[in-house]
Order: sequence, then structure tokens, then C-alpha cells
Amino acid sequence: MLAYLAAEGGETTEHNPIIPAWEEIVVGTVAFALLCFVLMKFVFPMMEKTFAARVDAIEGGLKRAEAAQAEANELLEQYRAQLSEARTEAARIRDEARADAEGIRQDVLAKAREESDRIIAAGRDQLAAQRESIVRELRTEVGTLAVDLASRIVGESLADEARSRGTVDRFISDLGAGTGTGRR
Amino acid sequence: MIGQSTVLAAEFPPSVEDFYLPSILPWGAHDSYWFTKITLLIWVSVAVIIIFFLVSYRKPQLVPTKKQWLAESLYGFVRNNIAVEMIGPRGVAFAPYLTTLFCFILLNNFFSIVPLIQISPNSHIAFPALLAVISYVMFIYVGVRHHGGLFKYLKAALIPPAPWFILPLLIPIEFFSNFMVRPFSLAVRLFANMFAGHMLLLVFTLGGFAMVSANVWFTPFSIVSWIMTIALTFLEFLVIVLQAYVFTVLTASYVQGALADEH
Repeated sequence: MLAYLAAEGGETTEHNPIIPAWEEIVVGTVAFALLCFVLMKFVFPMMEKTFAARVDAIEGGLKRAEAAQAEANELLEQYRAQLSEARTEAARIRDEARADAEGIRQDVLAKAREESDRIIAAGRDQLAAQRESIVRELRTEVGTLAVDLASRIVGESLADEARSRGTVDRFISDLGAGTGTGRR
Repeated sequence: MIGQSTVLAAEFPPSVEDFYLPSILPWGAHDSYWFTKITLLIWVSVAVIIIFFLVSYRKPQLVPTKKQWLAESLYGFVRNNIAVEMIGPRGVAFAPYLTTLFCFILLNNFFSIVPLIQISPNSHIAFPALLAVISYVMFIYVGVRHHGGLFKYLKAALIPPAPWFILPLLIPIEFFSNFMVRPFSLAVRLFANMFAGHMLLLVFTLGGFAMVSANVWFTPFSIVSWIMTIALTFLEFLVIVLQAYVFTVLTASYVQGALADEH
């Protein structure tokens, strides 16, 4: 009842909900301006910064990973190139060594052949020379022996040196001709 | 009984006067608006929002803490789903204001269903009107600056690409809808929703009391009425979020319209 009366009394200051109270507009303006100032100055720019930093961190991480990957690939390529280079080098060295060995072998072989040829030739020469000297000795010895034998058999002294020599020579050359055809 | 009745403003049906509680300072005055429950709530909302953001964003880290994540997702929601979605890449510049606006409306609306508070400052038209005027001034300012002059902006905003003979009809319509209706529709939509929501809750709550005090046999109806109050509180929560979202989206859309080059 009392409340009803109070409300009745309040009828004198009837409120219209469509008409704003200017005091409330002032309060609202100040309060909202304060809110805007603090949030837009201190909070949201920091959030933007954090977002940017986060994007940067993620993208930076990706970029770093990519760079590392690229570096690793490059190194791998380099190692591969070095390896193949080393392989060809080794093959080349092997080939060279083989060629060298072959050369040396040929050298040695040639030298040995030459040496042997030389020795053979020397032996042949020596043989020829000995044969020559033996033949010469034999010729004189055979002459003397034949003359001795003939003088003994015939019993006559062959005083004429020149005549006897001519006979012996003729005999020997006949002999040589006879054996020569037989040897060849 | 009488004391309880005065606290509940037990007058049925509820009237506009239920939105104008006696002021706090000076205590009980009816015509002083400087320090009432409504203005106190405005200050509380401002303080709560500022403290929340400052505390949760005191030491921002790349990997956010829970509080920081909450603050960031609030800003990120308005930034990406309202500002950038409506305005495009240039919307990032408006995201701080739109987020401030969204938080302010949301929290002030939310007061209408917080137990023991249960009235929203936005049910007083002064606050929605103030916010609507800011949006109005902002989109016109943005338009004028973007088009390089008031006349050029008006030309872009008012003259659609239409045959000349229809322009005398179109230009007044465009002017009326763009420059006269917008601030009113913004302000009244928010105000009326919060006003009606509070009124509904009052009707069902006070209606329950009225029935009980009229006749004890009406108690079951009162209980149904109070259950309805609870259900309507959930509905009210939907309206709270939706209206905050709508106000912000419309502001963004007006800014987008002001920045548009083509009609």
C-alpha cells in the first residue's frame, strides 16, 4: 500500500524511456572514452604485435628449416661431387700405374732381349773367331804334318820350299772344296 | 512484507518507472542521474574490462597462457570474424575500436541476467544512443576521408548507378536510409531489446508475486511464472550476445559501405 502510494507520488516525475538523460550521456561518454583509450592504446596494439611476432616466429622457423635443408643438400652434392672426383682420380691413378707397369715390363723385356741378343751375338762372334783361328792353326799343322808324312813316305827331302808350299795349298783347297760342299 | 515489496518495486504490472531506480548519491533522490545503479554499472563494466585485459595481457608471450588466450581470442574473434570479414584487409585498423565496442555492449547487456544486478545500462537509451552516434560519426568521417571530401563522399554514397530519371526518387531514399535511419535503428534496436528483455523478466517475476499475494491458490501459476522467468533468462542470454554482435557487425558494415568505391 505504502509502495503504491510512493509510486503514485513518483508519477509527478514521469520518465520517457526514449528521451536520454543528459547526465547519463556524459557519464557514458567519459566512461566509454576511458575504456577506448586504455584498450586501444595499451592492449590491442600489443596483441597485434604479439600476433605479428607469432607469425614471424613460425615463418622464421620455417625459413630457417628451409635454409638448413638447402645447406644440407648443398653439402651432400658437394660430398657426392668430391666422391666421384676421388673415384675418377683413383681410377686414373690405377690406369696410370697399370700403364707404367706395362711400360716397365716392356722395357725390361726389351732390355733382356737385347742383352740376350747381344750375348748370343758375342758368343757367335767368339765362336767364329775361334773357328777361324782353329782353322788357321789346323791348316798350318795339317800342312806340316802332311809334308812330314809325305817326305817320310816318299823319302825324299823337299828342299825347295816354294814348290812344296804350292803343293800343300793346292791339296788343302781341294780338301776344303770337298768338305765345303759336304757341309753345306 | 512492505519492505520486501519496495525492494522488488512490487507494482504490477511493471512500468517504465521500474527502469528508473532511486539514485545512490544522493541516496533515494528521484531526479538525480549522476550516480545511480545504472551509472555505477557503467563504471563497473569499464573497470572490469580494463582490468581483465590489462591483467591477462600484462606479459604477452608467444605461447599464450590460458588468460592471455582468452583475451586474444576475444580480440581475434572481432578482428577476424567481424572487422576483416566485413571490411577486408583495411578492417584491421578498425578492429581495436570494434572489439572495445563489442566488449562494452556485451558486458553491459550481460548485467541484465546477473543475479542481484539484473538490469542493463543499455535499457536506458542514453548509452545505446551514445554508441550509435559514435558509429555514425565514425563511418561518415571515414567516408569523407576515403573519398577526399564531404561532397565526393555524398556523391558516392547517394547516387547509385541508375538511370537519371529515377535518381530524384532514389537519392532521398538513400539519404533517408543511410544518414537518418542508421543511428536511430542502431540505438533503438539495442535499447529496445534490453528494455523489452528486462520488462519480460519483470512481468513474469512480479506476476508470480502478484498472483501469490492475490490468492494462495494461485501458487502453482506463480511457480510456472517463475520457471518461465528462468527460461526467459536463457533466451535473454541469447539476445545479449546477439545484440552485441549485431551492433558491432552493423558498425563494421557501415564503415565498409563508407570505404566502398563502387556502389
